Formats: sequence, C-alpha cells, structure tokens
Amino acid sequence: MIARLLPYPALAAVLFVVWMFLAQSVSPGQILLGTAVAVAASGLMVSLRPKRTKVASWSKALVLGWIVLVDILRSNLTVAWIIASNPKTRISSFIQFDLALRSEAGLTILALIITATPGTAWVQFDRASGSLVIHVFDLVDEDEWIDLVRTRYEALLIEIFEP
Amino acid sequence: MTAASELPSWAALGVAILVVAGTTMTLLGSIGLLRFRTFYERLHPPTLGSSSGTMLVVLASILYFSVVRSRPSIHEILILIFMTLTTPVTFILLARAALYRDRTEGNSDVPSDPLQGPADPSA
Amino acid sequence: MSAQVLSWALLVAQLMLGLGMICAAVRMIIGPRAQDRVLSLDSLYVSAMLMLLVFGIQTGRTLYFESALVIALLGFTSTLALAKFLMRGEVIE
Repeated sequence: MIARLLPYPALAAVLFVVWMFLAQSVSPGQILLGTAVAVAASGLMVSLRPKRTKVASWSKALVLGWIVLVDILRSNLTVAWIIASNPKTRISSFIQFDLALRSEAGLTILALIITATPGTAWVQFDRASGSLVIHVFDLVDEDEWIDLVRTRYEALLIEIFEP
Repeated sequence: MTAASELPSWAALGVAILVVAGTTMTLLGSIGLLRFRTFYERLHPPTLGSSSGTMLVVLASILYFSVVRSRPSIHEILILIFMTLTTPVTFILLARAALYRDRTEGNSDVPSDPLQGPADPSA
Repeated sequence: MSAQVLSWALLVAQLMLGLGMICAAVRMIIGPRAQDRVLSLDSLYVSAMLMLLVFGIQTGRTLYFESALVIALLGFTSTLALAKFLMRGEVIE
C-alpha cells in the first residue's frame, strides 16, 4: 500500500520540504497541499522509470560532501586570485585519462563536482572506453590533477555506489 | 534605508562584509569572462559567481532577514541549492556543444574524438 | 554608524554587480562565437539574480526573493535550451 502510494519516498520528502520552504508557514492547509504535491509529483516519476540506485554508505557520502565543499571554496579563492593577478605563465589545457567508475549516479555526481569546482570543467566522457576529457584552467602538473580526481573523488564514489 | 537602521551593529557589519565579498567574487568572474582569450578558459570564471558569489550573498540575506524578523529565515537556501545543482549541468552541455562545433569546423586546438580520431589510448 | 556602513556596502555591491553585468554584456556583443554569447547570458542571469537579492536586503522586503528564484529557474532552462540548440541546430543543417 505504502509502496504503491509512494514509489519514491525520498523524492516525495524532498518535494515536501521544498514546498514548506517556499510557503514559509507550517499551517495545516500548507501541510496538506505540500503532501498532495509531493505524492502526486513523485507518483508521476513512475512513468519515467528511472533506474534505482542504492547508496552503500551514507557516512562516506557525507565525507564526500564535506570534501567537495572545502575544495569548491578553496578553488574559488585560487581562481579569483588568478583572475586578479593574471600571471603570464599560466597554461590551461585539456587532459585526458581513463576512469574506473561505471555507475550512472556516480558518473553524474563526478561530472557535477568537477564542473562546479572553478578551475576544472568536464568536457567529454566516453562510456564504452571510460575515457574522460576535462579542461583545466591552471595546469601545472598533469599527473597531479589526474591523481586528484582519481584518489579524492573517484575512489570515494566507487565505494559509495559500487560496493 | 529604513529597514537597515533596526539592525544591531554586529549583524549590520556581518551583512555588509558578506554582501561585498560575494559581489566581489561575482565581479571577478565577469571580468575573467571578458578577459581571457579562448572559450574554454572563459568557461571557468563564471563559476565564481554561481558558487561562492551566490553562497555569500545568500548567507547575507539569511543573516539579515533572520535578525530583522527575529526568527530563522532559511528559505533563501533554496536558491543556493538550486544554483549549485544547475550551473554545472548547463556548463557541461555548453562545453560539449563548443567541442562539437570546434571539431565539426576542424579547429586543431581541441582534442580529437577518442572514438574516431587516432588519439593515443595511454594518455 | 553601522547602518550607514551597511547602506554604503549595499551601494558598493550594486555597483560591482552592475559592472559585472556590463562586462558580461560586452562579452555577449563581441562574441566571437555563439557559445561565448550563451555563456555570457548565463553570467548575466546570475548577476541579475544576485542584484535582486541585494535589493531585497536593501528594502527589507521578501518579495525580491521570489523574483530571484524565478530568474534562477528561467536562466537555467534557457541556457540549457540554447546549449542544446548549439549542438543540434546550427552546424548540421
């Protein structure tokens, strides 16, 4: 019964919370409306048939979230400094390497992380060979960047989505 | 400026610092967009405005409205979550579109397609 | 005193956002390619949205929050549509 009414409980919960934030009140009417929207919209997702993904370790996902937040703030400062000082020796270029990660959710999150961080941008990924092209704004050492993506993000994502 | 005078001084200073820091980051991003030579270099600076710029201004807004109304006002966080999730998606698509267009026109300064070109597989 | 500091800070913030919007507009006019123009449009959207948030702090009204949210939503959708158009619409005819 619950499974039929709420096929995606997490999605319904997120929609409900967003509705309550937008309404900015916890009156019974808004709670009723928010519940109706959450149930209806998450029910519509069934017709899209998204693949179910299992998160193996929520604690590792939290660790990853913290790492990403710190990295985004740090590279914000780095890129801001590069724009302000504009050193002549800066080289920006494409780098290409292979990923071991294969799960769809993991790849999506990796693409978001790499593009959201100023200084690196996800350009192309070939699913069959696992070869990835990213563009780096301030390239000092190519291997250092490859190592950063592999050990800092990819390893954790593999542990989270492909246990 | 009537609303601002109700604020205690620590909150006013905090809001002032957060707003100026956030907009400075956004301005630096726009300057970078104007300044750099190739499209792929120009792809990086606007993320300053959409990550730390938005984050700082949203924090200022949260601080201001929470103090003024003396109850937590955190619905602005929706904008922050929305921006951090959507900006990478648009930039990935734009980078792919640019790469596709450059390859179709035969520009030599972009990497060749690993599916078709003779790119070395060890790289 | 601190209220004065805040009102000056808000003015400076608006000037900087305006300057940023001018930078993005100049890049949109000089191009040179269509993808540069779409990228500057996206940057313009972000600056406009932040401008509305700063207006909200300046006037103390929450009305601006809603318009900022709408601009963020529309900016995302339009940039996405334009990027998709660049990939499919123009080069192959």
